[in-house]
Amino acid sequence: MTTDLINRLAKIVGPGFVSGEAEERYLYSMDPGTMPAAAPDAVVMPANTEEVQQVILLANELKVPIVPMGAGLVLSGLTRALRGGIIVDMKRMNHIIEVNPQSRYAVVEGGASQGMLKSYLKKHHPQLKHSMPDAPPIATMAGNVCIHGSGHLSVLGGSHSDMLTGMEVVLPSGEIIRTGSCSVSGEWFARSPLPDLSGLFVGWAGTTGIVTRLGIKLFPSYKHNDVLIFVAEDADLMPEIISRLTSTQVAEDMTPWMSPKPAWAKGFLHINIAYGAHTKKELIFKRNLLQASVREYIDQKIAGFLPLPPPQKGRFLEIPSPDLARFADLRKGGGFEYVGALMAIEHFPQAYRAGLAIAEKFNVSYSLGSRIIGAGHCMMFFFAYAFNRADAEDVKRASDALEATNEAALKIGGIPWKAEEPAQKQIIDKMDPNTFALMDRIRSVLDPNQIMNPGNWEK
Amino acid sequence: MEHEEILHRCFRCGYCKLPGNYVDINCPAYLAFRFETYSPGGRMWLLRAWLDEKISASERFAEIMFSCATCGNCVEHCAFPEFRDRLLLAFTAGKEALLDAGQVPAPVRDYLTKIQLHGNPYGKSVKKSGQWLDGLDVALFSDQEHLFFIDDVGTYDPRGQEIARSVVTLLQKAGISFGIITDAMNSDGNDVKAMGETALFEDLAEKNIKVLNKLNVKKIITLSPHSLNALKNDYPALGGQYQVFHYTQVLAFAMAGLTFSDKEPEAKIAYHDPCYLGRHNTDYESARMILRSVPGVTLVEMDRNRNNALCCGGGGGNFFTDILSGGDETSARVRVREAVDAGAEILAVACPMCAVMLEDAVKAENLDDRIQVLEVSEIVRQRF
Amino acid sequence: MKSIKFNPDLCVNCETIDCLMKCQYVTFSDIAEAREEKLKINDGKDSRVLHECLTCYSCQEYCPYDNNPFFLLVERQEEKGVLPAPKPIVEEQLRMMAPKGRITKQAVSGPVVDMCAFPMLTGCVRGKLFEGASTIVGTDIFCNIMWLHFAKNSTIRERVPQMIDNIMSFYLKDSDTNELVCFHDECYGTYTSVADAYGIEVPFKPIHQFDYYNQRLDILKDHIKPINAKIVYQRPCSNRLCPQTDQVLDEIFEKIGAERVPRKYDRENALCCGGVPRAHQRDELADELVEKNINDMLSVGATYCVFNCPFCMATLGQEVAEQGLMPILVSDLVQIALGE
Repeated sequence: MTTDLINRLAKIVGPGFVSGEAEERYLYSMDPGTMPAAAPDAVVMPANTEEVQQVILLANELKVPIVPMGAGLVLSGLTRALRGGIIVDMKRMNHIIEVNPQSRYAVVEGGASQGMLKSYLKKHHPQLKHSMPDAPPIATMAGNVCIHGSGHLSVLGGSHSDMLTGMEVVLPSGEIIRTGSCSVSGEWFARSPLPDLSGLFVGWAGTTGIVTRLGIKLFPSYKHNDVLIFVAEDADLMPEIISRLTSTQVAEDMTPWMSPKPAWAKGFLHINIAYGAHTKKELIFKRNLLQASVREYIDQKIAGFLPLPPPQKGRFLEIPSPDLARFADLRKGGGFEYVGALMAIEHFPQAYRAGLAIAEKFNVSYSLGSRIIGAGHCMMFFFAYAFNRADAEDVKRASDALEATNEAALKIGGIPWKAEEPAQKQIIDKMDPNTFALMDRIRSVLDPNQIMNPGNWEK
Repeated sequence: MEHEEILHRCFRCGYCKLPGNYVDINCPAYLAFRFETYSPGGRMWLLRAWLDEKISASERFAEIMFSCATCGNCVEHCAFPEFRDRLLLAFTAGKEALLDAGQVPAPVRDYLTKIQLHGNPYGKSVKKSGQWLDGLDVALFSDQEHLFFIDDVGTYDPRGQEIARSVVTLLQKAGISFGIITDAMNSDGNDVKAMGETALFEDLAEKNIKVLNKLNVKKIITLSPHSLNALKNDYPALGGQYQVFHYTQVLAFAMAGLTFSDKEPEAKIAYHDPCYLGRHNTDYESARMILRSVPGVTLVEMDRNRNNALCCGGGGGNFFTDILSGGDETSARVRVREAVDAGAEILAVACPMCAVMLEDAVKAENLDDRIQVLEVSEIVRQRF
Repeated sequence: MKSIKFNPDLCVNCETIDCLMKCQYVTFSDIAEAREEKLKINDGKDSRVLHECLTCYSCQEYCPYDNNPFFLLVERQEEKGVLPAPKPIVEEQLRMMAPKGRITKQAVSGPVVDMCAFPMLTGCVRGKLFEGASTIVGTDIFCNIMWLHFAKNSTIRERVPQMIDNIMSFYLKDSDTNELVCFHDECYGTYTSVADAYGIEVPFKPIHQFDYYNQRLDILKDHIKPINAKIVYQRPCSNRLCPQTDQVLDEIFEKIGAERVPRKYDRENALCCGGVPRAHQRDELADELVEKNINDMLSVGATYCVFNCPFCMATLGQEVAEQGLMPILVSDLVQIALGE
């Protein structure tokens, strides 16, 4: 069966781009997070939409599961082959198809990386930028959009799925479809005014199709950029502080962070506020607006902006920041994973205290923080735990802490983001039964053979 | 295995796959094969898995390990300070462990066997290592200021020999005092060491050091950046202490003494940084200084330059083993396309291996009428 | 706790109240008002000066009787809980700059150069100017004078003796010298002016960087290639604690062929770089100070903007460079003149 599968896949993509060898089966069985290994039978790397289609048709014929994968950096194990089958590694499809500078969108292939688009725009369209997640630059745009990611322009533009303007998708049954304006006009400017079929593919953990192209919004790239770091001691003030800062509608990105390391930061609550402007005068005007919004706290001397001379701001303006990946080396063990829970901003104090309590209970190295989504509309609150991959007990400790965090986040009213397979079950338990029933009905229509990333979003 | 204690620390975040400006994939093996297994992070995890007996020492695993071109892009761009300095050392140790386990790709085995038997990978007699001179009048080393050291490619490969003759002629014209050795030098061993054959490397180096010390050599100019790396960084620990320069490093300061023709051709030139001169020895300027001082030359830069340069794919022994060849996305082919995109008419190289690799790529890409690969010394000499 | 060296009678009888009347940031309608505010401070009463002070140290220099007006003002701020900056900002910085206990014994020989807490600047200690020099650096030998900007005399009293002890026991005690060349004149100010006013004993001899360069230039005079350039100088707050060194700087500039072009905000009239007001959350004032400084520099036409204080350079350097002036530390300028 496997040999037949490999041979037939090789006929589609060429023998160099399919493997059922032990090395690939081992490496693709896990991601850098804590989820246990689940090996595929084959890994295949299609070069274009037609090859993706052929692979899916073959999987239907053979009733073999299909798992789409971007860079494999989700950390929560969503690209593991829980029931075996074929992992479709999309990274050969990494072309930037189009940039429309006037309507500010880019069309990219399903395996195109964040870093490549950033670099491409810098060279060819320096007046434009896209919202980079904190993930390393090899992370793909499609993967990030499909998990409802967020990034450096999320206060300005919402989550990355909000920045989606359309998709080309190969359905589980093999049809190639388009969503958004490109399905009518051939241009990729918006998802409206049509029925929003993109929602059939975003947040589904790869259970409804494979995205082969997508359009994303671009934003003005500023000549002058700055970051402020606001510091407070009282978590209960944070929702109001965030509300006031976002009310200025000036920030591009706001990321609160609370970490015991470096030691000077322990116990304090910080908010990095990034913003930009075309002129220095405009930049100062925006800074003044931000500062004025929280002046009351400053005058009370209970919170304020950390003084940072210009040379020290560079590392805070680096996008993406390698500091995030470096957290994995905290325990000299190459691992971290986090629960990122979407929740209402007023729950910030509860989430913060829950994170501290869990870190203490499980004795894990932690970093807490959040990213504000939209103009203070909600936030992704993260509870990150570093672990030593070589120490099974340490991995278990982190894994237990993550599970407890998922429970705590749900209890607070939040929803774990890009949830691991067990956490998906926790969410389903709390979900309106009719909602879940609809999810199931939609999938049975789209994927009658149940080949798409099975094991996810199941009871 | 040496460095095994760091293998699990790799997070596989993937910074190692890209240059600092993220333009495109910059790891030659990952670029050619695209499976995660061929990326630096993949190698780290597979080595750990092998040591933990989760995978075996298969042919494919050996191919994955020996496909590393040791270009150093991963070391340059890995996000973890200090840890990253040991990445290539860990890969070399892994290759050494595979050699010990007897699992070696056939071309690697052939390469090492030839060197073991003949002192060079071409299977030629060391006694005939002066044939590249082809009638050039060059003094044997006696009491000159420098020894000119020629690598295997410069000694035995026809294109490499042309380059060696070109550099010799230019050094003479620039008035540099140097002599050569034509009947005693073995391979510098740089790529043997990169393949993990430490004992063979030490044997080669010790034989060379014996000759060099007997002749009381103090200063060495190398043709190849690979030789520079071995002689400068690895020979001292084995008793070979010399001042070692790549020829561009000597020539850069002698350019003022050269006179050029009034009718020099105008050309847009992109310089391809060799990994063992650039990332491994952090000299990004000598060759550019030379090219900038040549009349008629306009230097253009490719998107990936200096510490972001894309390797030609010939390092780590791949020049001889060809593990990275085949397919449209070999780094040499991608590199010449990049040079054309940068508007270059000439792709300047400063390493005989890069010259051969990139010339082959120009042919494979049918770009002969768009771009020419020339060694830096050849560009200078064309304009006398 | 030793009290600040201070004689209230000198203020009562003072004819000028220069400490406040010359202040560039707090204004008074007349000398009577200034006197009233000064006496309030002296008597431990609340004064608007305690709240409005920019903490630029200038009054230390303005006082004709060396009566430590600024050190006293900081003392009163702390006593009254008048925080120039929000509490979390001060607390975080207190932790950042706290001694980390990472110091280890290191053999040093003269000249020993104290780089304060600026490890990134140790590369400045090189070449003929610093021939044979050893450097010491880190938060375990940090001079801690910065707490004057944050109403934290208590921290100075607590940490400075510890730093002095570290410098002696880890470095100087077993070395061939009892002298410490202070690369940052905040350190020099700490071990001279602050130590004297606060009653802290200093067992070594602090040498100001300018005195050191000046002497070295005499020794190296045959190596000097005059730079023949106009410079503007950004005098830092810390230099108010050792104003005599400003003349030494003039000698240095003369020896290396640098013309210190007169500008409005130099010497006694020097204007803050804007760094500290930002910590005090007074960014708009800081912007104004930066603009005044830059416009003043540009109006006189110079090639270099020379900094004494690394913090001033970090604050103003980028802006200065964008305006076409080359920001440079005094030591680097001297090294250019020495052909390095």
